[in-house]
Amino acid sequence: MKRAVELRNHQRELYYYQIRLAIAGAVVLVAFLMLFTRFVYLQVVQHDYYHLLAEQNRVQIVPVVPNRGVIVDRNGVTLANNFAAYTLEITPAQVKNVNAVIDELARLVDITPKDRRRFQKLREVSPDFAGIPIRTRLNDEEVARFAVHRFRHPGVELNARLFRHYPNSEIASHVVGYIGRVSERDYLDLQRQGLGFNYSKSDYIGKVGLEARYEAQLRGVTGFEHVETDANGRSVRTLRSILPVPGDNLLLALDAKLQRVAEQAFGDHRGALVAIEPATGGVLALVSRPGFDPNLFVEGIEPAHWEALNKSPDHPLNNRAWQGVYPPGSTFKPFMALAGLELGKRTPSYSISDPGYFVLGSGGHVFRDWKAGGHGRVDMHLAIVQSCDTYFYGLAQDLGIDAIHQFIGQFGLGQRTGIDIDGEVGGLLPSQEWKQRRFKQKWFVGDTISVGIGQGYNLTTPLQLAHATAVLANNGRIFRPHVVQHIQDSQTRELTTIEPQPIGQVEFKEQNLRLIREAMVDVMRPGGTAAWAGSGAKYAFAGKTGTAQVIGLRGQKYDEDRIHERHRDHALFIAFAPAEDPKIALGILVENGGHGSSTAAPIARKVVDYYLLGIEPKPPAPPAPRPARTVAAAAAEAAPSPAAPPQEPAAAAADNDGGGE
Amino acid sequence: MINRLLAYLGRHLDRQLLTLVSLLLVIGLITLYSASGTSLERVGAQLANISVALVVMWVAANVPLHYLSRIALPLYVLGLLLLVAVDLVGEIVNGAQRWLDLGFTRIQPSELMKIAVPLMLAWYFDRYEAVLKMSNFVVGAILLGVPVLLIAKQPDLGTALLVAAAGFYVLFLAGLSWKILIGLVVLGAASVPFLWSMLHDYQRQRVLTLLDPSQDPLGAGYHTIQSSIALGSGGLFGKGWLNGTQAHLDFLPERTTDFIFAVYGEEFGLLGNLVLLALFLVVIARGLVISANAPTLFTRLLAGAITLTLFTYVFVNIGMVAGILPVVGVPLPLISYGGTSLVTILFGVGLLMSIQTHRRLVQT
Repeated sequence: MKRAVELRNHQRELYYYQIRLAIAGAVVLVAFLMLFTRFVYLQVVQHDYYHLLAEQNRVQIVPVVPNRGVIVDRNGVTLANNFAAYTLEITPAQVKNVNAVIDELARLVDITPKDRRRFQKLREVSPDFAGIPIRTRLNDEEVARFAVHRFRHPGVELNARLFRHYPNSEIASHVVGYIGRVSERDYLDLQRQGLGFNYSKSDYIGKVGLEARYEAQLRGVTGFEHVETDANGRSVRTLRSILPVPGDNLLLALDAKLQRVAEQAFGDHRGALVAIEPATGGVLALVSRPGFDPNLFVEGIEPAHWEALNKSPDHPLNNRAWQGVYPPGSTFKPFMALAGLELGKRTPSYSISDPGYFVLGSGGHVFRDWKAGGHGRVDMHLAIVQSCDTYFYGLAQDLGIDAIHQFIGQFGLGQRTGIDIDGEVGGLLPSQEWKQRRFKQKWFVGDTISVGIGQGYNLTTPLQLAHATAVLANNGRIFRPHVVQHIQDSQTRELTTIEPQPIGQVEFKEQNLRLIREAMVDVMRPGGTAAWAGSGAKYAFAGKTGTAQVIGLRGQKYDEDRIHERHRDHALFIAFAPAEDPKIALGILVENGGHGSSTAAPIARKVVDYYLLGIEPKPPAPPAPRPARTVAAAAAEAAPSPAAPPQEPAAAAADNDGGGE
Repeated sequence: MINRLLAYLGRHLDRQLLTLVSLLLVIGLITLYSASGTSLERVGAQLANISVALVVMWVAANVPLHYLSRIALPLYVLGLLLLVAVDLVGEIVNGAQRWLDLGFTRIQPSELMKIAVPLMLAWYFDRYEAVLKMSNFVVGAILLGVPVLLIAKQPDLGTALLVAAAGFYVLFLAGLSWKILIGLVVLGAASVPFLWSMLHDYQRQRVLTLLDPSQDPLGAGYHTIQSSIALGSGGLFGKGWLNGTQAHLDFLPERTTDFIFAVYGEEFGLLGNLVLLALFLVVIARGLVISANAPTLFTRLLAGAITLTLFTYVFVNIGMVAGILPVVGVPLPLISYGGTSLVTILFGVGLLMSIQTHRRLVQT
């Protein structure tokens, strides 16, 4: 029975079984079809996309930063160069917990909060597969210590990198400037200029001075390496590399030694000095004191340093030489005199009797001379030598403001000189049109009078003073002042010279210039306002002192000893030498230096002595800590020999009185 | 003489299966050589595994079918005991309790159950062949459910699912009512939220990652993303043998074992994949044919379950590499490096051969 049932059902069961098997087989087919469809999707439809991903996986494009060009002075003294040092870099993509890794590394090498901040900042702008420095400039011991533990820190690497270095520290800091990390704004600017390709956001860029102005030349062209990497981000091999092109070197007209002499001559004074070679417009020295150490900025300045620099009452970051504007004071007078001669308003022999003041019109405003009681009979020569205000008040009135503006404007006062450094300001040489535009006011004759002695609306930079003096010394030929003399291709060593190009000519008669020159030479001789600074010079030294008022005295008498140091007048000085064949022209400003003869002129003397004769000034006394230094002591220190008083104690100081009342 | 010896040794070996399996093993060795970074050592070790597995296959192919039905119950009970032992004293490796240390070697009892469960179920249904009732399926479900739950508890969801699949195939082929099947599907769908709450975090992560691998590209999604890149970048004809960048530059994880197919697909492209799929398909077809022609219900069910289990391995592994299934630890049969998997698979193939050849002998 049982067997019969079995027999009866056997075929049917087998049939059912095979149907079920067939269903299973169909499921298998469908499943394999699904897989095949997926393959087609991945390997045909999406192939390009995945191919790209595989390449990106495999190949990373690593920028190779070019060596930045170096900056050297005219004698080959290095002002900015690069040195190689080890950095410790973390690649975030290869590290699970970046902060934990940093903490571990901190046990091996010194890692400051500043390092961490910089790391975080750079991390925000860098791709994750890029190495980001957590420590820069490791010393040998630190390198060795990390090397021993290297295997424990996957994703952390020791790399040799080049760092910018300014070996002279403060010397010429404003000129050379500094580089820093590319900021968000820098990067946008670069992209706007189409230069974004040449930088990554973790690169350096010139921020200030020549480093900024000549960024395009110094930078070079970034190279790229196509590096094949494994899943751990370690490079396996370089597939292709485009070598970076190193940046060009800058060879300056600047004389670093002269610069140093000039900066040291300032002592503790604030101020600026510009020395120009008249025959070429080459800038020999470009001083703004105090300076700062540009090395502090390269890796991002520490807040403490930043605060110190920013809050210092001396404002070391302010660039006084081409961004500071000051009334030219009596240094304006030689140009006034030349204008008077050229425009026929004065003859050399024309003289006035100076009562010590000038009255505008009949019974009008009184402009006082710096010398109470006056200079007596004064012709043009003496007016310059003794810096007689009264003479120039009258001359200014006779010339009129527009003639002054037109003639003296040719020398470049009150306008940008076009020097090859960014940020130059223009200053002001006033005119009727200017006042109308600026103040919607009519020009008054009284305005002209104080302009005649370099006060009033007049504003010039020390650079402009030097430039105008150089033009004067160079018989009116105008060269654009330039700091860089040659640009050197760092590979071929080929020099591209920036030829001195005369950009203009101020026309004046030879004999008129001679008169001015002789008067300026006599300024430095007994009887002149800077006789003391000129005494014993072994060359014909042409100069002119000046003073610029800092605060209005409201009728009070100016008494240097009683005024707060910061409220004292600025001392100014222009000079060129040797007078008959000028090799150097100077513009000097000493902030709160009193009057030009006592602080500014001696600095000029040291600079010219060194430049023409090679006489190095005595090394300055080692700076002792002087917390409670008195104003008088500071003044005494600044003056080379307090025992030798200037011939005219008040010198140009009282020039201010002109506009003071 | 030698010919006669070979003929004697090979009398229970199915030619077609032997040829297909050999082709797949060679492909596996070639791929392994590339995936291991041209390591002859690895290839040598795999050759040793293959030798052992082939011997196992030969033995299985030569076991008469009645012996096979006799060991079904003891093997199943042994497997169950070992699973319980693992639960009590098992070794914890990678956070899962899967291994049992026997002193001289470590074994993974769940691997044994891949064969023991379908064997047991096929034997059970064969026993009650004439009077198969609903209650038999209930018993079958329990016989299946206990080991599956034990394995899932280790936790080893991948193996548990594979064992469950193997058992399910027996139930299905034995004639599980369509009503129940559909009911199970509905029940399964309804219990998804419940199952979800039962899953371990890492298991959930795998499922979530499947839905969107890019969510966690360096963590859970890494495997899937990198293997998809490997396959996709392989294109139509592949990058060529030994030229797969994903594999050789270390981007592919577990590229000699579970993810070896990504290496293969990267280097041999769509065309290579087609060849491999076709080979597996022919093996499966051959297995189904053997099952269809098998003399008894026991052998039919066993052959069908073994064949469909093999299919499941292939599908789950390739589906995982291709990014349409979650990442579960399933090697690609005959291709992936590793002895355990090879022995299990070739043992199954040996059983298929035995079913085929002994039937033939019986018939003639």
